[in-house]
Amino acid sequence: MRYAETGFNLEIDLSRGSIERVATDPRLTELHLGGLGTNAKILWDRVPPEVEPFSPDNLLIFSTGLLGGTPTPGANRTIVSTFSPQTLLMAYSMMGGFWAPELKYAGYDKVIIRGKSPDLVYLWINNDKVEIRDASHLQGKGALETAELIREELKEPKAQMAAIGLAGENRVYYASIEHGRSSASRGGIGAVMGDKGLKAIAVRGTKDINIARPDEFIELCNEVLQYIQYRAENPIKGVPPILAGIGSPQEMAIDDEQWHTTSFAWGNARHRRKDFWTKEIEEQWKKTQEKAVERLISCHNCPMKCGAIVTYPALGVSKYMMKCYSKLTYTMAAMSDLDFGFRIAGHAQEYGVDGYTTPQVMAFAVELYEAGILTDEDLPGFPSDNEERFFWLLDRIVRREGIGDVLANGVYWAARHIGKGAEAYDRNTIKKHEQIPIKLGMLNPIYYIMWSTGEKANITQIEGQLPQAPFPTRELREEFVKDWIQIPTGKEEKFKRFILDWGEPGKSFPDYPSIDLICDLVDWQETMHYIDDATGVCAGLSSFPLKPPYHIHNLPNFISSETGMDIDEAELSEIAKRNRTLLRAVNIRRGMRRKDEKPPEDHWKKRFPELEAKLLDEYYKFKGWNNQGIPTQESLHELALDYVSEDFLQRGILTDDEGTPSKETSAEKEKK
Amino acid sequence: MKGEKKKKIVKTIKVDADKCNGCRACEVVCSAFHAAPKYSSNNPARSRIRVIHEPLKDVYLPVYAGEYAPAECAGRDKYTIDGKEYDECDFCRASCPSRDLFKEPDSGLPLKCDMCEDDPPQKEPLCVQWCLNDALTYEEREEEVEEEEVEREKLEIGLESLANEYGLDKIIDTVARMSQKG
Repeated sequence: MRYAETGFNLEIDLSRGSIERVATDPRLTELHLGGLGTNAKILWDRVPPEVEPFSPDNLLIFSTGLLGGTPTPGANRTIVSTFSPQTLLMAYSMMGGFWAPELKYAGYDKVIIRGKSPDLVYLWINNDKVEIRDASHLQGKGALETAELIREELKEPKAQMAAIGLAGENRVYYASIEHGRSSASRGGIGAVMGDKGLKAIAVRGTKDINIARPDEFIELCNEVLQYIQYRAENPIKGVPPILAGIGSPQEMAIDDEQWHTTSFAWGNARHRRKDFWTKEIEEQWKKTQEKAVERLISCHNCPMKCGAIVTYPALGVSKYMMKCYSKLTYTMAAMSDLDFGFRIAGHAQEYGVDGYTTPQVMAFAVELYEAGILTDEDLPGFPSDNEERFFWLLDRIVRREGIGDVLANGVYWAARHIGKGAEAYDRNTIKKHEQIPIKLGMLNPIYYIMWSTGEKANITQIEGQLPQAPFPTRELREEFVKDWIQIPTGKEEKFKRFILDWGEPGKSFPDYPSIDLICDLVDWQETMHYIDDATGVCAGLSSFPLKPPYHIHNLPNFISSETGMDIDEAELSEIAKRNRTLLRAVNIRRGMRRKDEKPPEDHWKKRFPELEAKLLDEYYKFKGWNNQGIPTQESLHELALDYVSEDFLQRGILTDDEGTPSKETSAEKEKK
Repeated sequence: MKGEKKKKIVKTIKVDADKCNGCRACEVVCSAFHAAPKYSSNNPARSRIRVIHEPLKDVYLPVYAGEYAPAECAGRDKYTIDGKEYDECDFCRASCPSRDLFKEPDSGLPLKCDMCEDDPPQKEPLCVQWCLNDALTYEEREEEVEEEEVEREKLEIGLESLANEYGLDKIIDTVARMSQKG
């Protein structure tokens, strides 16, 4: 018997209409755990770098995490992986909610989709019964509306749904996969789903998930629940309210948005508005939020309430569900207010687009129009009202109508298509992908490495356990390190010392802390994220907030007691490193190199090119990568990834003489 | 005979539907607690509490499994409370032929909440312990109940069931006939 996981994947070929239930190799669980780890392994093995994202040979993988669906509090993430039409690299996005646990209850760890259906279809997974069903009547329907229609059609209100909207059908490069409560939005995975002719996957399961050592396991769960309560009663002192608790940032519960609105950039990642948050705004936004939020809601088996039911009607539905930060992304991109944010977010969700990228693409278009680069000829009938402009652009993007067809490829590709200096307005992408708009003063060397090397192309997927600024007083620093139990073994002294000294005279960025400490700190945060992405535990309870309930000391016990494998802190860290390295290898094989690893030029006003080069050099070295960011033969060997070395040698990506520059492949090619 | 007042502990779970966030931890831990061995598996389909939830109607309602009902009832009405529409069935605890709720998924046998009877006893049912948002709270209430009339003897219980089947007159005739033969 397999524990925590089911030991079976569903393999669906939409070209042939075939459905197979395939037993998985337990050895892969030992090497990669599951989730993102095994997804990366499958993509490495089965999708050669020549395969275009919109090829029938590209795979679209929906995965549970190793612990997903068990009583492990907050283990509910669905990890979706494929190759991105926008970045041409591995796209990696996840969502909370109920989908992955339902898939496991149905008896599967992953659904692996290949091929392309000639007609629009949806997949219905009901325990052992799996059908590919006609979806022609759902064409053009909103993502939430689709979910409701399928539930009615199947007479199965308990089915969990992952669906695309119009944007996915029209292969918008930042189309999302929507689950109602959550969405997997980054990297254009919804476009790949649309390209495959797959409108939705409905899942219903009523089978057991087994636990290897139940007594030990349930104690661990109870400890985590107790710690969650403890943290609710003991917010971190000396940080803004939005950073003081655990979970996703509590955007739906907290209406004090001073930190986001004054720290992040507005418009096309352009303006800081340090004086924005006034008493008047505070009262107005509080009212708006109280009107909008009907109920705070959770994901599967998690006591946090990071989402909400919102009463702003959207296209096909009277209410929708909102996650954390999308309430502000549209608001800030349009230089508007919270009411607008709630109004447009519901439409955007029905269309199925990424709440980070979409507002920025639209702000980019508005800016180009104001600069005269886009004209009335490009935007016939463009409204004069700012908010209406955003609705107008959204409608055209998701239909790929007129200028919408260009903008549907995202800022990077659109800027190059439009030309006439539009490239200069592409100021907030990394690896061709729009980032959270942050523009700051002094270079932060820790964040420099995270923005540059994080391959999930999203800062929230690598940061988390470190305060973002020094505590203002010695007293607060001492208070913070007092019960900082989450630090890895052997690093306690070093990390606590850093927090205690940070902010003292002479101990400030960019020369503090030392590069080797920076490497340690970044590696720790990255490791924790890679563990979560393999187990399916939500980062909101683990790698993302300060002092989370899950950490490197209890996670090995969770994994051991649930699966029956015995792993300790060192072994778990090594698995995370293996997964992280394999994901990098997948991207290196597609052409990613050092030159791609840089934050936007104006991310910080004060930059230090020499220091930055050194930071990258040292971090690469620390990770066992050469100066191009390519994992070396030696480090690949240590991680039992010799097959990667062999492939790299064959392709000339690595040479036996590691000083030789390596060959570049497909992500290099600019598209027409 | 006059009944005496007697104190009795009544175990109850209070449901505050306004506080439910729909995480379904109650379903997960209920099914795990009732697995054999305890916590060795979980499966909400086996849970004795289910959250009736329709997010887009803002309906969130935890319901406990109660008595088994051999046949459907006539309840098909709709209730509107605070502008939200509920089916009558949403409030019903019965394991009933009209729905798949509260039935073992393999055998179809009915499930019923047992308040997590355990040895040693749990301080609260597991669903309450795992509901950190207090949608579910446990309450022990002391109630004064009328003492039942004198405990009936086995013979009387046996005779009553015979009477139910054959009618009291027939029993009396039979007893009379038997005593004459005596």
